[in-house]
Amino acid sequence: MRTSIGERLLDLAVSGVLWGFRILLVAGILIGTIATVRAGKYTSEQWIDFVVFGISQGSIYALIALGYTMVYGILRMINFAHGDIFMTGAFAGYFLATWLNGTGFIDNNPVLGLVIPILFAMIVAGGIAMLVERIAYRPLRGAPRLVPLISAIGASFFLEYAFRGFFGPGVYAYPPIKALEGEWNILGIAVLKVQVVVAIAAFIMMAILYYIVMFTKVGKAMRAVSESKDTAALMGIDVNRIIVSTFALGAAMAGAAGVLYSLIYRQVGFFMGFTPGIKAFTAAVLGGIGNIPGAMVGGLVLGIFESVGPSLFLEGLGIPRPYQLKDAIAFTMLVMILLFRPSGILGERITTKKA
Amino acid sequence: MKRLFTLISLLVLASMVLAACGPSAAPAYECTDALGCVTIAPAEPVHIAYWGVLSGADASLGEDSKRGVEIAIDDMGGKVLDHDILLTTEDGGCTPEGGATAAAKLASDTSLVGLIGSSCSDETVGGIAAITNAGLTTISPSNTRPVLTSPDRGPDYAGYARTAHSDAFQGKAVAEFAYNFLKVTKAATLHDGSAYAQALQQVFADEFVKLGGTIVAQEAVAKDATDMKPVLTTIAAAGPELFYYPVFVAVGGFVTAQIRDVAGLEDVKIIGSDGIFTADLLKGGGANTKGMYLSSPDFSAFTGDYAGFIAKHKAKYGGSTLSTFHAHAYDATNILFAALEKVAVVEADGTIYVPRTALREAIFATKDFKGVTGTLSCSPSGDCGAPVIAVYEIMDSDPASWDPTSATAPNPKKIYP
Repeated sequence: MRTSIGERLLDLAVSGVLWGFRILLVAGILIGTIATVRAGKYTSEQWIDFVVFGISQGSIYALIALGYTMVYGILRMINFAHGDIFMTGAFAGYFLATWLNGTGFIDNNPVLGLVIPILFAMIVAGGIAMLVERIAYRPLRGAPRLVPLISAIGASFFLEYAFRGFFGPGVYAYPPIKALEGEWNILGIAVLKVQVVVAIAAFIMMAILYYIVMFTKVGKAMRAVSESKDTAALMGIDVNRIIVSTFALGAAMAGAAGVLYSLIYRQVGFFMGFTPGIKAFTAAVLGGIGNIPGAMVGGLVLGIFESVGPSLFLEGLGIPRPYQLKDAIAFTMLVMILLFRPSGILGERITTKKA
Repeated sequence: MKRLFTLISLLVLASMVLAACGPSAAPAYECTDALGCVTIAPAEPVHIAYWGVLSGADASLGEDSKRGVEIAIDDMGGKVLDHDILLTTEDGGCTPEGGATAAAKLASDTSLVGLIGSSCSDETVGGIAAITNAGLTTISPSNTRPVLTSPDRGPDYAGYARTAHSDAFQGKAVAEFAYNFLKVTKAATLHDGSAYAQALQQVFADEFVKLGGTIVAQEAVAKDATDMKPVLTTIAAAGPELFYYPVFVAVGGFVTAQIRDVAGLEDVKIIGSDGIFTADLLKGGGANTKGMYLSSPDFSAFTGDYAGFIAKHKAKYGGSTLSTFHAHAYDATNILFAALEKVAVVEADGTIYVPRTALREAIFATKDFKGVTGTLSCSPSGDCGAPVIAVYEIMDSDPASWDPTSATAPNPKKIYP
């Protein structure tokens, strides 16, 4: 079909504006970065610290983002209650760890003291996610796409305020684990033990998940359902069962992330899932929603940018109090990625579009 | 047509008769107050409300003040002018938006006589216009942002007074403590974007420079930030000897818990203010809170019967006080009731009329009021507090040990002045 000259000019103008925006953003980051580096305020150890802080925060984002991306991949639905599933995991881990701490178990068996609350949190979070799926999502499976979205927001509020009702509006302190206090010297760099452990634990979890999805029967079935529910059903796959296990698996990751998050930040409260949930959703979109390695990459990139960004380029641009704009960096990045690569860093892995 | 006419005239006649038989002695009191009057029928309670932060990380600040209000009501025997007192609450969540929502609800309730609140300066910034325009007056026990009671605060604040100190005093006291007592010359500050923290750290910075010190960094984070290590690394790069973060509990807990992990800040002296003067800081901040300084109203400088207040508090709630402004709330409530008793018009049958402008003026005219926190007199712009600031040191990081008023083992313990 031929387009008129007017339409072509408009297209040109629009893409010109978009390119201008892209160039402006990149130039801003470059100028800020150069200015900061030339000012020489930070030592190289401090830059490494910024990156390490970013990796530990980013690996938690990545773990939560996996749940968003898996559910999206299979149902084309954003599970907005996922951040609160993360919170339920943190609470479960907190209560078990506090009890174990009271008996002296954690001090005597630091490894088990770490692993058992994580496993418990994964089970609780997985269980709650299965309930949420059964009650709030499954009855709406055939409804228009907005309907389950609203139901998800409702489920999110329900979980937040149910926990507030049970455990009060205040915060709880996760018991300190003595074995995780202090620093390790890795290749001449002093890194906090807790951050190393959290990052390693997160990577192990992600490796396990990747193995399940790529190399087991359930994983194969998940991928089949994600391609086409109807065809998968014809092949003898129990679609409902697979959807439930997807929810449970994603939630287990979020539950583990809840405990890891509490290890670093030490506070557990009913509203703690909101911001990490939104950030992890951003990470999932950054990496390419529906794409599991993408969620991991997106989480890490977001965590590192949030940590490094304010001091790297905002300070160089002469912006006062740059850390107030940490969230702005996260969402500007989202806009940038969507401008440069609308399908995310690693691309959406969706074979057939479903309207 | 004729029938209709008869019917109407009958109705008119009937209504006239009924009107004549009605309570003909009714309006003896004619309300001439510019903002109108609250009418309280003989069997109705006198309705006041407390608004402040009752949920989230800072709930202890609001809950603490609410207890002060409740103790004041108990001391009245639950009655004022022979009417029961009804206390309701609204949660402002320590944010401007939450304050605006709470204020809108309160403004729509015409049975309200007066208000105590809010907890956080942000809530007042968001909600005060609605409250003033509804003809209500609120007395805050814990807002400390200086501008709220400055003479040029604007007409929206006509219905606002406070018994808390202004941070013009607190910031100055902390600066003097740092420069004269700790003998440090390089300080850094951090705020969480709240109206309270922003203003307080600025007052501190200005006073500290006036004394001869240097401010090496002034940073800020968002109120929901959790990862403080990057911003603390930036502060470490500036090399402060003292780090002042007069923030709220959420940010305060995260900063305290993470500060010693940042290279360069292992030994920096840390100080917070009244916003984190609560056992919740120990829960969030953990072991690092030991040895931390906190500024707060000086409990030992209260001229009223503070020991008696604490005894009532122990008897009613058990345990220690939750934050620092319970006594200020107690005084605020008593100022409200004293003003109410002064201006209320009581009919023989027990009906009460409260003219709103007169009540507001009576509150602002409070003079030499003997309160727990001191002898209080309100300025024309609503400053009723008797501010004496002290600095306390946290002796033990166990939340269960929190008891600043204990005679034997106070935690935190007053160290200055």
